[in-house]
Amino acid sequence: MAYRWKNNLKESDVTSESAFLNRRQIMAGVAGSIAAGALGTSARAMGPWNADDVGEPNEWEDITSYNNYYEFGTGKGDPAKYAHMLTTKPWSVTIDGLVDKPGDYAFEDIMSKMSIEERIYRFRCVERWAMIVPWNGFELADLLELAGVQSGAKYVAFETALRPEEMPGVSQPVIDWPYVEGLRLDEAMHPLSFIATGIYGKDIPNQNGAPLRLVVPWKYGYKSIKSIVRITVTETEPPTAWNNYSAREYGFYSNVNPNRSHPRWSQEYEQLLGQGLFAEKIPTRLFNGYEEEVASLYEGMDLLEFH
Amino acid sequence: MSVAAVINTPVRHIPAGLIYMCSLAYAGWLLWLGIENRLGANPVEALEHALGEAALYLLVAGLVVTPLRRFAGLNLLKFRRAIGLSCFFFVVLHLLTWAVLDVQALDRVWADILKRPYITVGMAGFLLMVPLALTSNNRSLRWLGADWRKLHRLTYAAAVLGGMHYVMLVKGWQLRPLVFLAIILVLLLLRVRRRARPAKV
Ligand code: HEM
Repeated sequence: MAYRWKNNLKESDVTSESAFLNRRQIMAGVAGSIAAGALGTSARAMGPWNADDVGEPNEWEDITSYNNYYEFGTGKGDPAKYAHMLTTKPWSVTIDGLVDKPGDYAFEDIMSKMSIEERIYRFRCVERWAMIVPWNGFELADLLELAGVQSGAKYVAFETALRPEEMPGVSQPVIDWPYVEGLRLDEAMHPLSFIATGIYGKDIPNQNGAPLRLVVPWKYGYKSIKSIVRITVTETEPPTAWNNYSAREYGFYSNVNPNRSHPRWSQEYEQLLGQGLFAEKIPTRLFNGYEEEVASLYEGMDLLEFH
Repeated sequence: MSVAAVINTPVRHIPAGLIYMCSLAYAGWLLWLGIENRLGANPVEALEHALGEAALYLLVAGLVVTPLRRFAGLNLLKFRRAIGLSCFFFVVLHLLTWAVLDVQALDRVWADILKRPYITVGMAGFLLMVPLALTSNNRSLRWLGADWRKLHRLTYAAAVLGGMHYVMLVKGWQLRPLVFLAIILVLLLLRVRRRARPAKV
């Protein structure tokens, strides 16, 4: 079902680059004063925000030049440099497992059956940076319904393309390739779970996961797997790439949670990108601010144990 | 003339001060790029990483001076103090960028030093470098006499900690930090052999 969730953003908020530039100049002005007070204490608290004030999207330039897509290299700029090597036409997604109509679904056929909408989401990386991205695409639930989820299904597994000749990064064993991810079925069917095929109304660039990628805004960014070639509906919890690398650091759920300190990064604070050198850190919200929408999925669950 | 001699002769005319000037210029340039917002989407990280990288390169450069002289006859000794102090300069800027621009609060700085192993290790490397930097002048050299050399063996520990810090902070199994740590360890091993051998003769 399309349009199950809306942010109440005015259209003018989305693409207005001039408004963005104005704000940047103001930022430069306050930069000095922020820097001067920067080493105070961190007791500042902020109220939770919801979908209504998700904020102004980041610039196209930032969204498409600063990426984690290790198949093309571990540097933030590597994907923008090398992802053009990836052939995205033709593309098909194998949907199999506990579905009524397993098979290879051509990207064009999928697109012709989906209604494309815009979703402006917060995107939060485990590395403590965040962006606001105006995605275009469709609900994951719609794609799953296309294939027909069978009873008994409990999880959905995803897999990224693995093409050594087009992906210079996979020659290094940074993690076990191919990149795999997974969701519980109820998470996958949640109206916020989204398959993005565009940004700012343009086709999604390769470095952002063309031609189609998952976006799960209440989880750390690595759950939002890119360039999907396989979706498998299963009964058991599927393996996930970063969990395989270090289960202590990266759990299956990976819900954004300021109360669970990651061994590498405190998750209490985050940096919204695109605000210059002197931008202030902002407090992280539980479920990345989507608590109202998704908390019920985890009722009675210990979020620290099932991190 | 040997290759070493060909290089040694002109190198004699290059003042060590050039290294300080290059370091200052590079740091200034990075800061300027940051203020002009030309360091990409995440300028704090870009600055932090560029300064850390500069420190790491200078760390390796400092360790390479002695083996180069011993095994290749290249005499770059007069640059070593400038290399070491420049390395310290970049570590200080790296640390300041982290504390002031990245973490932004003293209580969180302290918490990270205690709780994040790669920060703890980096910090230990920095602390070992403090007495080295403070005694990298002619007066300390005279005043400490033979103790100066002993004190400056701390360099080796600081180097290993710096290399380990880099290995620990990256996500996944990445080659580059391991290569740096390997280079540092090899440069240290070359010294062990050198000191062990003449002791028996
Ligand atoms: C021996 C001195 C040190 C050296 C040689 C060093 C070197 C480095 C290098 C090479 C990087 C990675 C740059 C990259 O990925 O391109 C780095 C990152 C970093 N260093 Fe250091 N460092 C030192 C001390 C410190 C200290 C004292 C601190 C803080 C207490 C610190 C905090 C950090 C942080 C927070 C990062 C970034 C981590 C991330 O992005 O996840 N370092 N350092």
